[in-house]
Amino acid sequence: MPPKGMVVIDKDRCKGCGVCVATCPFGVLALSPEFNRYGYNVAAMAAPEKCTGCTMCAQMCPDAAIEVYLYRPAKEAV
Amino acid sequence: MSVVETKVPAGFVPVYTRPKALSDKRFTYCPGCDHGIITRLVAEAIDELGIQERTVGVAPVGCAVFLYEFFRCDFAQAAHGRACAVATGIKRANPELIVFTYQGDGDLAAIGTAETVHAANRGENITVIFVNNQIYGMTGGQMAPTTLPGMRTTTTPEGRDLRSTGYPLKISEMLAQLDGPAYITRQAVFDVRHVQMARKAILRAFRNQLEGKGFSLVEIVASCPTNLRIPPAEGVRWVKEQALKYFPLGDLKVRE
Repeated sequence: MPPKGMVVIDKDRCKGCGVCVATCPFGVLALSPEFNRYGYNVAAMAAPEKCTGCTMCAQMCPDAAIEVYLYRPAKEAV
Repeated sequence: MSVVETKVPAGFVPVYTRPKALSDKRFTYCPGCDHGIITRLVAEAIDELGIQERTVGVAPVGCAVFLYEFFRCDFAQAAHGRACAVATGIKRANPELIVFTYQGDGDLAAIGTAETVHAANRGENITVIFVNNQIYGMTGGQMAPTTLPGMRTTTTPEGRDLRSTGYPLKISEMLAQLDGPAYITRQAVFDVRHVQMARKAILRAFRNQLEGKGFSLVEIVASCPTNLRIPPAEGVRWVKEQALKYFPLGDLKVRE
């Protein structure tokens, strides 16, 4: 059973401010030790199985770097 | 420029994507700056109303000075503080265009007070987005007219002294006294609920212009973590505990 939702973080846009990490109600996101090419620690999914696709992280992201997806296999089958 | 590296597996459908009105350019704001959220909300409003082809923005001088690079619509760059005057000219010459200005407090509330007050008093049919972060951000954190009493800035290292520099300027309350404006509101973007309220306010301000109601101003109380020298996630607490004491949220004037 895949998780309900997932987020895709644009690594080049992310500035590692941590607002999404503080916003996520389920503790899905965390700042990773990985750097992007501008030298920021980017945010990443630390617990992807907990994501519900609520879009709160994307609504608070100051760099419009987050896209949110929901698992809807029925629509895929049509 | 940016490459999304993660592959989205089959069965996932997008529910929140980057607004179409934004270009691919990376924002030049500091990490965690509330400007980024507000810029995105304006782009979402343009997307939702489907007015991208006939929207003209007026960029300010300040942190949002590169705004014309972030949007996929036409832009004019105004001299410091004169965005409302430039917007007046654009709107009067081409009334079918949707004209908005996006200004900070150093731009709109300091050097541009006269232009703003008179554009509001004339009831020009434009939309003004006013980002109030209580500081001159781009130039290095000097005191603005909206700086809170006792707030440390590079020009008030001991905190703002009310005896020599006066009180925080409440532009929205001032403009709400005039007969000209149609809609004056103050919002914030420190949590998801307030982001959604700010989104609705910006949408309403653009709708007012589409319906020809007149001058609409949305003030958004923001924080500047870089110049406050606090981590970005603590900007939330700053706005809640400090800024909202002087800048209470809510609709100050609504003309039906």
